[in-house]
Amino acid sequence: MERNPLRRQLQLMRKSLFDQGYLDEQFVQLEELQDDTNPNFVEEVVTLYYRDSARLVLNIEQALERKPYNFHKLDAYMHQFKGSSSSIGAKKVKAESTLFREYCKSGNGEGCMRCFQQLKKEYATLRKKLEAYFQVARQAGPMETACRPK
Amino acid sequence: MNSSSGKTYMSTSNCSTGRKAGDAAAAAADQFPVGLRVLVVDDDPTCLMILEKMLRTCLYEVTKCNRAETALSMLRENKSGFDVVISDVHMPDMDGFKLLEHIGLEMDLPVIMMSADDGKHVVMKGVTHGACDYLIKPVRIEALKNIWQHVVRKRKNEWKDFEQSGSVEEGDRQLKQSEEADYSSSANEGNWKSSKRRKDDEDETDERDDTSSLKKPRVVWSVELHQQFVAAVNQLGIDKAVPKKILELMNVPGLTRENVASHLQKYRLYLRRLSGVSQHPSNLNNSFMSPQEATFGPLSSLNGLDLQTLAATGQLPAQSLVTLQAAGLGQSTGKSGIPMPLVDQRNIFSFENPKIRFREGQQHVNNNKQMNLLHGIPTTMEPKQLAGLHHGAQSMGNLNMQVASHGSQSSQNNPLLMQMAQPQVRGQMLNDTSLGHAPRLLAPMGQPILSNGVAANVSTRNGIQENIRAPSYNPVSQTSSMLNFPMNHASELPRNSFPLGSTPGISSLTPKVAFQEDVNSDIKGSVGFLPSYDIFNDLNQHKPQNWELQNVGMTFDTSQHSNSLQGNLNHAHSVLVQQGFSSGQVNGQNRSATVVSKAMFSSGDSTGHVNAQNGNQHLNSLLVDSTVRVKSETPTNLYPDDFGQEDLMSALLKQQDAMAPAEHEFDFDGYSLDNIPV
Repeated sequence: MERNPLRRQLQLMRKSLFDQGYLDEQFVQLEELQDDTNPNFVEEVVTLYYRDSARLVLNIEQALERKPYNFHKLDAYMHQFKGSSSSIGAKKVKAESTLFREYCKSGNGEGCMRCFQQLKKEYATLRKKLEAYFQVARQAGPMETACRPK
Repeated sequence: MNSSSGKTYMSTSNCSTGRKAGDAAAAAADQFPVGLRVLVVDDDPTCLMILEKMLRTCLYEVTKCNRAETALSMLRENKSGFDVVISDVHMPDMDGFKLLEHIGLEMDLPVIMMSADDGKHVVMKGVTHGACDYLIKPVRIEALKNIWQHVVRKRKNEWKDFEQSGSVEEGDRQLKQSEEADYSSSANEGNWKSSKRRKDDEDETDERDDTSSLKKPRVVWSVELHQQFVAAVNQLGIDKAVPKKILELMNVPGLTRENVASHLQKYRLYLRRLSGVSQHPSNLNNSFMSPQEATFGPLSSLNGLDLQTLAATGQLPAQSLVTLQAAGLGQSTGKSGIPMPLVDQRNIFSFENPKIRFREGQQHVNNNKQMNLLHGIPTTMEPKQLAGLHHGAQSMGNLNMQVASHGSQSSQNNPLLMQMAQPQVRGQMLNDTSLGHAPRLLAPMGQPILSNGVAANVSTRNGIQENIRAPSYNPVSQTSSMLNFPMNHASELPRNSFPLGSTPGISSLTPKVAFQEDVNSDIKGSVGFLPSYDIFNDLNQHKPQNWELQNVGMTFDTSQHSNSLQGNLNHAHSVLVQQGFSSGQVNGQNRSATVVSKAMFSSGDSTGHVNAQNGNQHLNSLLVDSTVRVKSETPTNLYPDDFGQEDLMSALLKQQDAMAPAEHEFDFDGYSLDNIPV
């Protein structure tokens, strides 16, 4: 167990993110890429993700305001969004994206809308949690590689 | 874990390890794949960042790009600057598969596709478009660590194919070696390719070509250049197309044999893919499209053509056709030269589908080819283009479209051919109008189809493009005036993209198509058209008997196309064959195998025959290969199940005999299948 309280806290936060299903294996891949040449790699990627995906979320939101829904377009947006989200290991967000696409494929507008609301919630929640996590990480200083979640 | 994962090759500093020539190269050789130069293309900045980091961790040299157009221009500017490309499938400015094709054609680099989409359909698309691998996002570093294998494999295969093509010259081989050495620069130097191949070959190579071991700037295969290439290939005959000869024919300053050789490889792959794509699952194409396939292609084309000609001219003895087909088929892989349009759902000629089906692989090829050939449309090679070709033929359009659309060009071709056939029947009808119309000319729809199929076969089939083209092409050019034209209008298949690049040849082809129409009218003697053409003519003339058979087998849809085709077949045969089916021909040809045979049989229509015969003669010389192939192919393909092709063939042959082949000489007999380079 980490002696350093900050690091201990960091470890716990990380573990909880995995246990609660917010993050998956892909996040570990990112962590493994972090090294001395890129000590804040993970945080940089996540920041980039949130910045870029905000655009997609906005597009989808706007598309959902136009009736009738253009499912093809919605699906295309979501496909992109899903790709991005999965690359950082955003597990719940990815799951909602998949569900959204299913609704698109079946032309279920109502389902799309509901799903999207849920997706936005997950997306926002994850963001907050990760921001908190990175804040502690920066404070804790460089630490050894994170261990794989159980 | 993370620390060591990417550091397999630790040795030197990250990236750019093998970049510098000289010692870097030497060092790189040992460290391969360290320093592998990767170009990553993805519009998603998050993924791009992650991939770049991963690749750097693998000690690869990474260049990232978020737009396909930018990537393409980067590659064009520096053809030998990269070893492998990784691209996303869904991109805003260009479809990933399109980029894949471009790269394959122009630079011949291994391309790895990636996508969050793991649907079988998409993955299959990647395969058929020639991607060496397909990664599902999110991509893990482990998947990237091994991408170097694709670089190695590709080089190895190219070398192997090169050899297998039969025409590989000693020097070429050596060239390849050195070429590869160049490409791989740091990465490959010390590697696999090297040692054994290089030996002293390099010296020879150096002398032989300018390429030698120096890094040669990659050639950008522009549309025109590619068209020239295709024309040259067609002229030589796909199986005889040796890089050296192609180079000579093309006569492009600054182009080296190596360039041509590697482009030829890709071209063959492309053709294969075309035939395979259309067919999809059943595509034999893929399987038979192997390099050797090239020859196959011709066969198919021959079949298509032959059949048509046979049908048209009626001269082509059924046997010949059958033999040809058989030969073609047998050779190809049994796929039957007639690219049965498996996929043709659209084909009007239903028969095509069933029959052609087995030849499918081929057909597609043929179709494509035919289409291309016929159209003479530039080699854009893109399937789309082929489709475009088809469009040309109005009526054929359906067919063509079909062909083009689905990749299964065969199907399309057939329709086209058929259409073409029809016009021919009328003699001039080839014009698209006629094609689409009910079989005016030929009662048996089968016939036109045959021609189409034949044509299609011919063209698509193999590398036949050349063959087909030859027939059509030659005649056109030779007899030219006559041929070229009429057909052109008729069905002029979209000369589009026909990757066959046949432009030179193809153009002739297209005319051929028109020719078909005209063939009947014009060809009369001038047409040197495809031998097959003659055959068709003969067939047409004989139609009576065969048609029935054919019709049966052909299950032509009574739709006009078929009819028109049929009618056209008779005439069209000749035309179709030649024209490359610009419209229907292409399709027809592909499908042609069946069609052709049918056409031949049905060719009873005299219209076609006259010209065909003339054309045949001409074609004969040209088409010999193609026609022969076609014939062989068609017979088998055409009626794979329904008609015993043998029956048809025999019928055809009988007709032919009866017909007084005189002109046609196209007898297949003369062309024994042996001639057909398969």
